[in-house]
Amino acid sequence: MGLTLSWLSVIILIPLAGLFLKSLELSPEQFWNILSSRRTLNALRVSFGLAFAAACVNLVMGSIIVWALVRYRFPGRRLFDAIVDVPFALPTAVAGVALTALFAEKGWLGAPLAALGIKVAFTPVGIFVAMIFIGIPFVVRTVQPVLQDLDPEIEEAAGSLGASRWQTIIRVILPSLAPALLTGLALAFARAVGEYGSVIFIAGNLPNVSEIAPLLIVIRLSEFRYADATAIAVVMLVVSFVIIFAVNRLQRWAQSRIPAR
Amino acid sequence: MRDKTQVTIEVKDLVKTFGSFKALDGVDLKVDSGELVALLGPSGSGKTTLLRIVAGLDWPDAGEVLINGEDALAQGARERHVGFVFQHYALFRHMSVFENVAFGLRVQPRAIRKDEAAIRARVKELLDLVQLDWLSDRYPSQLSGGQRQRIALARALAIEPRILLLDEPFGALDAKVRKELRRWLRSLHHEINVTSIFVTHDQEEALEVANRVVVMDKGRIEQVGSPDDVYESPASAFVHGFIGESIELPVQVEGGVVRLGDRPLALAAGGAAPGASKLFVRRHDMLVGPPGSGAFEGAVQHVRNFGPVQRAEIVLSGGKTIEIDAPRDKELRVGETVGLEPRRYRIFAG
Repeated sequence: MGLTLSWLSVIILIPLAGLFLKSLELSPEQFWNILSSRRTLNALRVSFGLAFAAACVNLVMGSIIVWALVRYRFPGRRLFDAIVDVPFALPTAVAGVALTALFAEKGWLGAPLAALGIKVAFTPVGIFVAMIFIGIPFVVRTVQPVLQDLDPEIEEAAGSLGASRWQTIIRVILPSLAPALLTGLALAFARAVGEYGSVIFIAGNLPNVSEIAPLLIVIRLSEFRYADATAIAVVMLVVSFVIIFAVNRLQRWAQSRIPAR
Repeated sequence: MRDKTQVTIEVKDLVKTFGSFKALDGVDLKVDSGELVALLGPSGSGKTTLLRIVAGLDWPDAGEVLINGEDALAQGARERHVGFVFQHYALFRHMSVFENVAFGLRVQPRAIRKDEAAIRARVKELLDLVQLDWLSDRYPSQLSGGQRQRIALARALAIEPRILLLDEPFGALDAKVRKELRRWLRSLHHEINVTSIFVTHDQEEALEVANRVVVMDKGRIEQVGSPDDVYESPASAFVHGFIGESIELPVQVEGGVVRLGDRPLALAAGGAAPGASKLFVRRHDMLVGPPGSGAFEGAVQHVRNFGPVQRAEIVLSGGKTIEIDAPRDKELRVGETVGLEPRRYRIFAG
């Protein structure tokens, strides 16, 4: 017990406390000025906005992938199931380089898209793509066990009670999966907000346009403006806390309503 | 509680295979209006497949399903208006008991959907019917197995189904609850009188609940009859062996003489075809007498009390061991030699 708590403190709580202490070196006014500067605001907007959009895309696509993996038997299913974990396992820098090469103007996907007038690499769209890439496993792996546990018989029951396929999905399947879907969404979002490695390669990193908050922190650090960096970091930390708290509440709510059968 | 419309179910020459497994191999069955029919058989006999095809949850490779003379295979489960109760309840976990029962009413097309007050009244009526109105705000996970199955039944009845189909409804419950629910289901059926089919592998359940029992094996119907019929006059060796506890002995029939091994038995062949056959005797139909008094003779090996009877293991003089049920007041000693006379028996070819 004591050992666990000490370990948790050393690993997690002390560095976080250090971060807060460092940001206390700033007066509230300075703190506010840093945060309300155009570049900081834009960086936060890019990070949070795109992360949320990417998480939403992952929610939809992830659900479809989970459905296919759980409910259908097709050749190569196990292989696809393993592929889902690739963004987990791949060093983020490798992912960044790969995505950049793919979506660059001469890349396999970048060239046809460029012909259509869509530029992906070195724009916010690139950030969006990278965030989708790294977030997908979170949705899939959170929802998969819950869907596996969901008895196909309840769909048959709904059908025999007169529900259309659509009503079955809306009234039976989605509500049963909702807690897992929301958890997956929050995790994918949190991961995308904090993502650094894969994004900076593809982003182009133009201040105010395609510069993400974690990158701005690194830039401030390299300029020895440590207090500025910590101020941004504190904002991200607080948001992460809020997300984790929300996820916890969601899970508790879900468990109170739907304990294991 | 519903108008007593006549609903019959007819199944003609139904065939269904899963890969190389023949689940149904030419099944014909007619269920009359208001009947409560049991499909009884071991696992893999095709009884659940038959039920699911009638419900529209599975589709046959060949054959016909007629509900009230109309082709049911042209309709999906949704249009068939069939109440289905699953072995594992299949309740909606995220909905309260009330909402589970109301589900079928809420998903009706807007044109015929009842208003909220009517839905509430109907759900209340159904929860009263299954005697669980006090649970209406609970969630399925907070209920016992027996309660869940009654809720599942109320949910199926909410849509006023033309027919009611139950797939091993008591299969997941413990023995005591099963017995209670059996009796309850029979009286419920008496009350609502919906044409019903239920699937079971439990012969006692089938014999106790159903008006008519359909015994199935290997995708075929072995016998259809009243509970008394299938118990008292089984149509085949399978039915005799499956229903009721039977002693089964391999015998030879030659010229009207029944032989066990090389020993002729003092039993009439009763029109049994010559050749290798099986002799069936109910355990309690084997009467114990003094040595030399009956068709068989054997040594008592083991005796144990078993409720109202004592069950004795007896080694016949041919070397075969059988188990018989004798009244408790009959004195049986281990090692003793006794004569055995079958009060009733049947011989089937094969």
